[in-house]
Amino acid sequence: MGQRPDMLSYLVNRLLLTIPTLLGVAVLIFFMLRVVPGDIVEVKLRGDGGNPTQEMVEAERKRLGLDRPMHRQFADWMIGLATFDLGKSMWTEQPATEEIALRLELSLQVALMATVIAILLSIPLGTLSALLQGTWIDYAIRIFTIAGLAMPSFWLGMLTIVSLLYFFNWLPPLTYVPIYQDPWTNMAQLFWPALAVGYRYSAVVARMMRSSIIEVLNEDYIRTARAKGVYERLVVMRHAMRNAMLPVITVIGLEFAFLIGGLVVTEQVFNLNGIGRLFVQAVSRSDFTLIQALVMLSALVFILSNLVVDMLYAVFDPRIRYR
Amino acid sequence: MTMMRNLIGLAAGVALAGAMASGAEAQAPKKGGTLNFALSAETPHYDCHGSDTYATLHFASPFYSTLLQFDLPKYPAVKGDLAESWTIAPDQKSYTFKLHKNVTFHDGKPLTSADVKATYERLRNPAAGVVSTRKATFQDIDTIETPDPATIVFKMKAVNPAMMEHFASPWNCVYPGDKITADPQWPKTNILGSGPFKFQEHVKGSHVSGVRNDNYFRQGQPYLDGFKGTFFSQSAAMLNALQGGQVLAEFRTISSADRDRLVQAMGDKIRIEESSWTLNLLVVFNTKKKPFDDVRVRKALNMAIDRWGGSQGLARTSALRHVGGLVRPGSPYAIDPKELETFPGFQRDMAKARAEAKKLLAEAGVPNLTFVLHNRSIAQPYTPAGVFLVDQWRQIGVNVEHKQLETSPYLAGMSSGQFDVAIDFSNLFMDEPSLGLAKYVSTSKAPENRSFLESPEIDGLIAKQANMGDPKERIKVIRQAEKLILESSHQVPLLWWHRIVATNKSLMGWEMSPSHNLGQDLARVWINQ
Repeated sequence: MGQRPDMLSYLVNRLLLTIPTLLGVAVLIFFMLRVVPGDIVEVKLRGDGGNPTQEMVEAERKRLGLDRPMHRQFADWMIGLATFDLGKSMWTEQPATEEIALRLELSLQVALMATVIAILLSIPLGTLSALLQGTWIDYAIRIFTIAGLAMPSFWLGMLTIVSLLYFFNWLPPLTYVPIYQDPWTNMAQLFWPALAVGYRYSAVVARMMRSSIIEVLNEDYIRTARAKGVYERLVVMRHAMRNAMLPVITVIGLEFAFLIGGLVVTEQVFNLNGIGRLFVQAVSRSDFTLIQALVMLSALVFILSNLVVDMLYAVFDPRIRYR
Repeated sequence: MTMMRNLIGLAAGVALAGAMASGAEAQAPKKGGTLNFALSAETPHYDCHGSDTYATLHFASPFYSTLLQFDLPKYPAVKGDLAESWTIAPDQKSYTFKLHKNVTFHDGKPLTSADVKATYERLRNPAAGVVSTRKATFQDIDTIETPDPATIVFKMKAVNPAMMEHFASPWNCVYPGDKITADPQWPKTNILGSGPFKFQEHVKGSHVSGVRNDNYFRQGQPYLDGFKGTFFSQSAAMLNALQGGQVLAEFRTISSADRDRLVQAMGDKIRIEESSWTLNLLVVFNTKKKPFDDVRVRKALNMAIDRWGGSQGLARTSALRHVGGLVRPGSPYAIDPKELETFPGFQRDMAKARAEAKKLLAEAGVPNLTFVLHNRSIAQPYTPAGVFLVDQWRQIGVNVEHKQLETSPYLAGMSSGQFDVAIDFSNLFMDEPSLGLAKYVSTSKAPENRSFLESPEIDGLIAKQANMGDPKERIKVIRQAEKLILESSHQVPLLWWHRIVATNKSLMGWEMSPSHNLGQDLARVWINQ
């Protein structure tokens, strides 16, 4: 009794708290970008070998609104945020939301698939490793997970591609097709990067799962359950795993948030048109509006994934109450 | 001019002989299919007139026509594209072109001489805010007349021996006159040409695609149903796609090591064509910045570079190969290698040269010089060139930070003078000395000279050779200019490139040339399925 209303008010409170957090991020990124060197106008006009006159440079700065006082630009940015308008990319002159939407679907799908792969691999492997601590199975799993941690995802991606080419004379499709248009082509393209990323991801989570289970198995309540004659499977599944999941969920949440925008090299290896590549391009072109929009997206993903993690705590551990 | 063409034709012919030997092109073209090819860079915009990068041409050429084009098997001979025929006045002061009839833009509107005129007016006298990187090229044109819709006459202020080649430049995409008159910036963000393919889509960061123009004025062409150019940001991914048959070509170049890998993996399924290249890398010193305003410092850094030794090592891992002066080695106006060895930076005795370089740095008061090398983040051949230079300068006690940037900020940094020393490039579409030497004209007159050096003496010699009809006399003046430039060391050639293009054997009709900017309209390309 009382859990659902408490949970709902907690959720509302957390969602309201995202507003000042995002506001802080928006203020920071706006001013930080204006402090670091780099001028989109210079890059645009001189970028292709041109030699614009000072008048052309000034005219372009005016057109992009960069000639106005900083506080006016900041006010526009804030008003835009309040109305969900992230502005136009200064490079392509397309709405930043369109530029992001073009790539977000792909990045989100890779992140989700990698997370599923990681969970499917890490939870059973981590648990098995903990339960069979010191056996050859434990050692084998530990080698598997250490290899995953040691091997960068992009390198595994390169190995995957070369292997597919060498053994099957086949490569993943080059152009992204949404899953609702052509599921087979979509999966054929994105499964491999998801696997490469998911392996490293699973290694991180499996090691966390193993240490967490080992710790929980030494708790008094586990000893009590065993003393009461509870089946070992129930001890592990109901008591040990549920409690061990809390730090594991935290790691999964953080890793997922990182994957949106953090897969720069893996995207290059698989030639994926994702958020990571867009981020690098935006920074190299000093495309302020697009960088701001991407940072806001990144912050939002981190906030939301943390919120989901907090919600899941309550699911896995009924002792946790949100007020 | 005739002598020059013959000599260049011979040189190019030798280089291309291997490619033509296959005789594959003798087969009757087959219609149909979509060509998938790789693009190793994405164009910042669509405007050929304001671009200096192949990324724009490989993207846009299939959509556009030009007045003339190079006849690649007979390079550097030219042939008509929109022009069906032409006459040149005996005094070379007037060029009259008759256009093909029934040429239409992709929106169905007829292409007339008014469109060609509007295009060339935009090239030579761009409206405020429009960048035309070939503005200087067309300054010899006095007036452009259009007596009827199918005739255009260019009246010249001065004789330009390379004018026909300039009319064949692939950068001179012909735009609809009404569009560029109404909005001079229109071609930056829109594509509407009369070329063999109609624009289909450009998914930023992913690909560009085109479909066959069924109303193309050349009967029966193009052969392909369409094309799709996929952008690759990593050469390894591009090579994998080429090996796996996902793309049939990348038309710029690959390294020797990549060529060997493809040949080993694909055997007779891959075609390799090689040629010397009208492209070189330059080392540019920012003479507005200390200590690079001191000729001793520039000369010392130039002398520390072992070009002869470096060319052997770099040829194995990159597109860099040929040691040369200001004009492409092997081309008619090139400097003799023996004479070249007498200039700073081209000596063979490196121990002696480096000792001299250290002495010069000490005299200039900068024995422990430290600076940033500004470079482009394209792997081939910029990265190996940068690594090579850092190592060369380390050997005379100079500490260099190697900074690689994406194309746009890289070029912007150089043009605005925000660099110490940079690796620049000279990207020519043909072997005309005036084009290459334009990069060495004082920065106030030629912004593509990023050294910011002002030298009326060099400018005078470069201007003098441009209008000389006698090749022997012209060579003498070019040598004088070359001597002054290499001695001043404000901007010096590093190495000339070697072009290696790998195409799948099923790709037919594409023609190799010493320039990666030529022959990319894909009109005669077909797939042997």
